[in-house]
Amino acid sequence: MTTLPTHTEKKLGLVIDLDTCVGCHACVVSCKGWNTENYGAPLSDQDAYGANPSGTFLNRVHSYEVQPEAGPAQLIHFPKSCLHCDDAPCVTVCPTGASYKRVEDGIVLVNEADCIGCGLCAWACPYGARELDQQEGVMKKCTLCVDRIYNENLPEEDRQPACVRTCPAGARHFGDLGDENSDVSKLVAERGGVDLMPEQGTKPVNKYLPPRLKDDYTNTGDIDILAPLLEPVAPDAKGILGWLDKALEKL
Amino acid sequence: MHPAPSIILFTVLSGLGFGLMIFLGLGMPSPTGLSAFIWFAIAYILAVGGIISSTFHLGNPKNILKSFSQWRTSWLSREGCLAVATLLVMGVYGAALVFLNMRIPLLGYVGSALALATVYGTSMIYAQLKTVPRWNHPTTSVMFIAYAVSGGALLAGQVSLAVWFLPAAALLQLFIFLTADGRFGAAGSTIASATQLGNIGSVRQFEPPHTGSNYLMKEMIHVVGRKHALKLQIISVVLLFTPVLLLLLPFSHALALVAVLAHVAGVIVARWLFFAQAEHVVGLYYDKR
Repeated sequence: MTTLPTHTEKKLGLVIDLDTCVGCHACVVSCKGWNTENYGAPLSDQDAYGANPSGTFLNRVHSYEVQPEAGPAQLIHFPKSCLHCDDAPCVTVCPTGASYKRVEDGIVLVNEADCIGCGLCAWACPYGARELDQQEGVMKKCTLCVDRIYNENLPEEDRQPACVRTCPAGARHFGDLGDENSDVSKLVAERGGVDLMPEQGTKPVNKYLPPRLKDDYTNTGDIDILAPLLEPVAPDAKGILGWLDKALEKL
Repeated sequence: MHPAPSIILFTVLSGLGFGLMIFLGLGMPSPTGLSAFIWFAIAYILAVGGIISSTFHLGNPKNILKSFSQWRTSWLSREGCLAVATLLVMGVYGAALVFLNMRIPLLGYVGSALALATVYGTSMIYAQLKTVPRWNHPTTSVMFIAYAVSGGALLAGQVSLAVWFLPAAALLQLFIFLTADGRFGAAGSTIASATQLGNIGSVRQFEPPHTGSNYLMKEMIHVVGRKHALKLQIISVVLLFTPVLLLLLPFSHALALVAVLAHVAGVIVARWLFFAQAEHVVGLYYDKR
């Protein structure tokens, strides 16, 4: 049913820390690894070893250069996957009812058995979160690893999305953003988490934590706070080093 | 947006076919027997041909029957339901004309209204998308309807109406060409709002997420064809005005055929630009429009 629920019991989603992400793409690889061999059609590649490779991914890491008015440019790595929007425009446009948003946890899913591969949901998504698999002809998207987070066959620490579990920098956090006392909600409140493209009115569940302010060497004139400690250690050398110093000066 | 030939043919041909049905339903003309069969065959070939063409765009067409189920929210589903309803009602209306030499006016009016609603449904598939500001505008629906009504009047031989509808559609297209470029900027999405990094400074792409292309870029970031946009706009508007001049000349079937071909060619060029010039906000993440 493509009518969006008026209320979901939970709002499961991700909080992505743009300050911490190092752009290693481990989340991209682990996402593809898990999702190509579990729920639904595999994530196919086309011309994978040829001149023009492409493929289906549910999570991609962009990199941006941000140039402040003064000071050096900043490089910010920017992972992007489905934001599981409250007002998901991808769901309402679906003609078959293949796309839906779950009442119990707010996850947006595609029932591939109903999908006709028209691609309209991908057109309706402002974030590029949906990709039509070129092999299977059905729409693929982030499931928030719905087959991990409730999977009692996995050890408890693995019951979170593959991207979160694998992130070596701890830049991705998973939890219930509908519960204001959850760790992720507290993190969003503390760090001023934001919505992407709020003007699109999609009310995304996933939040992005903006990069923290950088240290600014131009304030102190020192390139590094350790610089004073790097002065020559023995300006007035004695003994054999003193003799060497003088002898070399004279040369 | 990628100007897929299947979708361009679908919107142009089915628009013409349903446009012709609008006039057949109104009894303009009101043929019977074999002549009615030919009129309705033309309308059905265009409308159904367009719809069949649109299925070439589908990745998994075997589920097509399910696409009639979500009319509560989905314009694509609504369009499908309206198209089938139109074809059924006009089928009965046309069969009565062909086999019984009988015109059932009420059925015709219902069929006309449904045909018009189908074209509106087609237009809303595009006009509803906030992600494509060039389409997300009332002129999109007016334009689809203007082409259906003017092309339908032309095909139905309603010259006295067509000489007004055709230039009106051409002027509307000209207005769209002149004003639609500013809509993306006016909608307010930028790379700064997309990344929410704009409060630090000016944002540009440092490195894309992948070295090759992907589905999103092929589908939503179509920059190749925009190079000749201005020339194509001029060609389209000239072609759209051509039938008006031809209709003012003394009637002949050859001239009428040229008028129809010029109109269809003009609509196809305009429709190609409708897709090729449309920019999707996801391009902002790739620092491309």
